Amino acid sequence: MKIHEYQAREILQNAGVPVPKFKVLSSAAEAPAAYTAVGGGKVVVKAQVHAGGRGKAGYVVLVDSAADAQKNAERMLREPMISKQTGPEGVKVQKILIAPAVDIAREFYLGMVIDRAKRCPVMMVSKEGGVEIEEVAAKNPDAIVKEWLHPHLTLQPYQVRRLVAALGLSGDAGATAGKAIAALAKVFVEKDCSLAEINPLVQTKSGEVLAIDAKFNFDDNAIFRHKDVEAMFDPTEENANELRAKAANLNYIALDGNIGCLVNGAGLAMATMDIIKLHGGMPANFLDVGGSVTKDGAIEAFRIILADSKVKGILVNIFGGIAKCDMIADALIAASRELNFKQPVVVRLEGTNVDKARQILKDAAMPQLIPATDLTDAAKKVCAAV
Amino acid sequence: MSVLVDKNTRILCHGITGKAGAFHTAQCLQYGSKMVGGVVPGKGGSKSEHGLPVFDNTFDAVKATQAECSMIFVPAAFAADAAMEASAAGIKLIVLITEGIPTLDMVRARKFLDDNGTKLIGPNCPGIITPGQCKIGIMPGYIHKPADGKSKAIGLISRSGTLTYEAVWQCTTRGIAQTTCVGIGGDPVKGLNFIELLEMFQNDPETHGIIFIGEIGGTDEENAARFVKEKIRKPVVGFIAGQTAPPGKRMGHAGAIISGGEGTASGKIAALKEAGVHVSMSPADIGATMAKALGMN
Repeated sequence: MKIHEYQAREILQNAGVPVPKFKVLSSAAEAPAAYTAVGGGKVVVKAQVHAGGRGKAGYVVLVDSAADAQKNAERMLREPMISKQTGPEGVKVQKILIAPAVDIAREFYLGMVIDRAKRCPVMMVSKEGGVEIEEVAAKNPDAIVKEWLHPHLTLQPYQVRRLVAALGLSGDAGATAGKAIAALAKVFVEKDCSLAEINPLVQTKSGEVLAIDAKFNFDDNAIFRHKDVEAMFDPTEENANELRAKAANLNYIALDGNIGCLVNGAGLAMATMDIIKLHGGMPANFLDVGGSVTKDGAIEAFRIILADSKVKGILVNIFGGIAKCDMIADALIAASRELNFKQPVVVRLEGTNVDKARQILKDAAMPQLIPATDLTDAAKKVCAAV
Repeated sequence: MSVLVDKNTRILCHGITGKAGAFHTAQCLQYGSKMVGGVVPGKGGSKSEHGLPVFDNTFDAVKATQAECSMIFVPAAFAADAAMEASAAGIKLIVLITEGIPTLDMVRARKFLDDNGTKLIGPNCPGIITPGQCKIGIMPGYIHKPADGKSKAIGLISRSGTLTYEAVWQCTTRGIAQTTCVGIGGDPVKGLNFIELLEMFQNDPETHGIIFIGEIGGTDEENAARFVKEKIRKPVVGFIAGQTAPPGKRMGHAGAIISGGEGTASGKIAALKEAGVHVSMSPADIGATMAKALGMN
């Protein structure tokens, strides 16, 4: 789960990390008061959306008057932000963050993720802050210094000291940076993060150390034990179909193509997308109905796939294990009666109760139904049908 | 021969009175697995619907049944604890089926298990099967072909569930038997990984080839590729799911996400090819690629 920048700043503030003053608004009329409250002068106005590319899109701007702050906030709230990461329709901005611009002398990177190979969280710091850490990792990997957590402990003081030294900080600045590093690790462990990042942590020209921007992602599997994290969830940032699928216990991700996919199992669902592409088609979605799917769940899956107007054909690929083929066949017929859709459906079934399922589909005599003998046959047929 | 489990493996089911636990215990019994009891806190002293003894905790269960393997269906919030209890009670192999366990729970539990010398398969996995002998997990048994010493047999390692069944079925229909199939699970932090299992299959004389099915996310496949190049002297067939997956999106499995340019299918496929693995570009050609690599046509 992702959260907004202003929510990340609140988390840091509560953890005792110094952050510049900031105000969050949901209407442009609040902008002049916010401008004054953060100290006036040079101020940054930032749209609060999860998608990246805000700066290039003109949704992070520096202003030096209350009137300019209001004008920009008004524009950002009115016009959807379109960037490389948003798609052509863009995203609607709901909230604006206003904070004083900071005179930056040096920028640092602090970040914690799970090191999958070492099976524990790792804290990474770099003197090259303010840019994407992946870029640093690719160009100058030695500029990143790492400390791994013992699986049963948090970051130890000696590790914090090593990281601060790696940043070349000492004295008061070193103490503040150390506090920020320790706080970030503590939040990561306590709140079950998958990513906790301060980028950049800056030293100002006057020597002060401040966290300017932060990002937290949370482990979806652990949200159940963090009501405060759950409360930060912003449904307006999510694809409506994906939310709907989540409510029905389905794993659905919208994609750009025109062939809808209904599959059981995440690996097989990915492989089904791959084989469609291999035969010249483009998948419209990833959809894993899961092993314990019910008939109602499978019908809802068809509704969700067809709610995407780009879908010109559907590939159903089921390897029945726990999920039974005849149940999927029943769901397909029920969905076609309810939705009365005309798009061709290529059906490839294998596994538990497959003969029963084939008979059900034969008896239903759906004109748009195209049976397939195996995976390759199914992919070829659905690509030819759209 | 097989790796890790065979017809003599004595198995407990944790969560045997739950819907999934009860159903799959019945399926495992039907397949011939030696299920010896269940663990459900608060239900000790009773019998499961299969007539197996139910214990309050794994310590009592191990004492009474000499179980050496645990199959866990406990809900995600309590699953890591169940695994640690089994490990503390002396269980040697844990098959953790549960999906949706918090990653940091697995970070802690894995270290706990390692310190006790307990092996782990999963979580978020279909389990392990030695066809014809022992099935510990949720895979359909009938799709597998037992190794009989006559036909060529392979070992299979996979991060996926149903995609594994697909690959197994492609082998079975071509007359390729399986010594053991292991679903290692789709989570970022897990138990046995490609490398440990590749080594076991390399050392098993009955295993003639190895299929390994990876997917996007992490660098396990790249590490496995290096290991194949150095140590494996049997034909290896690989498939990587997620060639069309967009970056930044979690594709069903918690571990299946491309982040920061790491974990892409193309990077993994290149690493496998470089290591001399026979890569099947289509999920429909895994069995055929193996047949060819084994010199069968």
